Amino acid sequence: MAGHSNYVPQSAAAKWLESRLPVISLMRGSFVDFPTPKNLNYWWTFGGILFFVLIAQILTGIVLVMHYTPSTDAAFDSVEHIMRDVNFGWLLRYLHSNGASMFFIAVYIHIFRGLYYGSYKAPREISWILGVIIFLIMMGTAFMGYVLPWGQMSFWGATVITNLFSAIPLVGEAIVTWLWGGFAVDNPTLNRFFSLHYLLPFMIFGVVILHVWAFHTTGNNNPTGVQPKTKQDTLPFHPYYTVKDLFAIVVFMIFFSWFAFYLPNYLGHADNYIEANPLVTPAHIVPEWYFLPFYAILRAVPDKLGGVVLMFGAIAVLFILPWLDTSKVRSGTYRPLFKQFFWIFALTCVALGYLGAMPAEGIYVTLSRIFTAYYFAHFLIILPMLGFLEKPRPLPASISEAVLKGGSGQPAGAAAAPETK
Amino acid sequence: MAHNTDAEEPNRRDFLYIATGAMGVVGAGALVWPFIDQMNPDASALALASIEVDVSAVEEGQSITVKWRGKPVFIRNRTETEVAEATDVPISDLPDKLARNANLPADAEATDPNRGVKDKENWLVQIGICTHLGCVPIGDAGEFGGWFCPCHGSHYDTAGRIRKGPAPENLLIPPLEFVSDTTIKIG
Repeated sequence: MAGHSNYVPQSAAAKWLESRLPVISLMRGSFVDFPTPKNLNYWWTFGGILFFVLIAQILTGIVLVMHYTPSTDAAFDSVEHIMRDVNFGWLLRYLHSNGASMFFIAVYIHIFRGLYYGSYKAPREISWILGVIIFLIMMGTAFMGYVLPWGQMSFWGATVITNLFSAIPLVGEAIVTWLWGGFAVDNPTLNRFFSLHYLLPFMIFGVVILHVWAFHTTGNNNPTGVQPKTKQDTLPFHPYYTVKDLFAIVVFMIFFSWFAFYLPNYLGHADNYIEANPLVTPAHIVPEWYFLPFYAILRAVPDKLGGVVLMFGAIAVLFILPWLDTSKVRSGTYRPLFKQFFWIFALTCVALGYLGAMPAEGIYVTLSRIFTAYYFAHFLIILPMLGFLEKPRPLPASISEAVLKGGSGQPAGAAAAPETK
Repeated sequence: MAHNTDAEEPNRRDFLYIATGAMGVVGAGALVWPFIDQMNPDASALALASIEVDVSAVEEGQSITVKWRGKPVFIRNRTETEVAEATDVPISDLPDKLARNANLPADAEATDPNRGVKDKENWLVQIGICTHLGCVPIGDAGEFGGWFCPCHGSHYDTAGRIRKGPAPENLLIPPLEFVSDTTIKIG
């Protein structure tokens, strides 16, 4: 990262610091001078958007903790206290609760961008795996955060999700008791979830640094999937991509604000405004929207252990994706068959999300099974075979060639290196 | 121990490496355990409370729900029809063939007498937690006239036995006894 900087400290203070801790050249090499492929489209801005949402969640979360009480007697009331009494409490809570949904919207787009453009392929396997780890920690964080208001959905969501572990043979029950700190979800459970909900975002932050470090070592992927070959294929990160990312973040903030100010409860469940009652399960419990595809997979299997194994398997398969896709071509743009299967897969995920929200009966169960089978078939059958069966379109010789082909007709050198003047 | 060729005997230094390493592992394990065990149920949760419930007001066909160890317990005074329906089901039709009754041996079969309270078969006392993922089933519901779990669609019959859906086991029966004609002690 630092190796990309041509920074030479000028002032005496900068020289003093740089010879002791080269943090200026590290930051410049990573986020100012860093050579970035010049053809990144707007799908690539979601990394920056995700960083923005992570910081926003940490900031709103830290101030919400100043007013929240983690106790089964007081949690529900303290959330109402935040909504009614605390200055701007309503705003901070709505930003935080909708921020979780925004985080998942952005991360799903970010993941599908990686899937389409083959960002998981060599040499970026580690970036991809770190990304899957971030996704897992995010899911844990979101789940535990949803328990904190101690509403009906909080309580029963916590009950159902922790009970997933009871499917483990032999030690399952002991693990669930250990997770609860009792014989049911209760005060000890709420307190430990609160503790971990505060911790995990900082762990995400740490893994994000590793994630960025990894793809800054290999260089960014890009829409052609062709590695940059010359200096003409890249631009310095600043100002080209700082400005592009900032513009995307502003547009995303408008979308975010639309939810936070006009539809603050649209993505939640009314049942969570009823205080938790351990004796009554709401008639129709569903997880938050971002867990629905996995929930549909869980319910598609008529066997407890089988359902749990497939649900976790749906994420586990992402870890080995770099070795399941046998095609040498990264970008879906040059893979005519893959492109079609990609969109079928995307539809499958949306369909599973829809089915996860429907009751577990009749046609919904049958459809869940079909789409669950297809989900796994995409990774375990289609992707390994496509590499052998598909004839990819010819790749461009370089990023510059792909960008200029059919373009304005300017001489290649002039347009390809605007930063060199 | 790369310096140690096949011909050489293990020397004193090798022994020290292994002994130190083993002590380190034991020490780390001993240090980690309090951090893990603190999450297990504490003394107050473990204090196994038992409760006594007066069921004199529960008429035939009625149910009450009481709380025991933080969990709902269903106490139902079953009608003769319900008992007969449950008795008529052959064991071979049951997905879970064990009684799951804490008052009987673990291998007791899931017959209706083994599910109901001993000598008072019309009484059915069970922990009201679906054995799938822990939701509370709804009474007088489902395809078998017993309980239905709204979360993932498990159907239990009038003896609380799983008949259809993802739950693997019959509803669990807690340790219990009638201490008088109208009082049940649970736990």
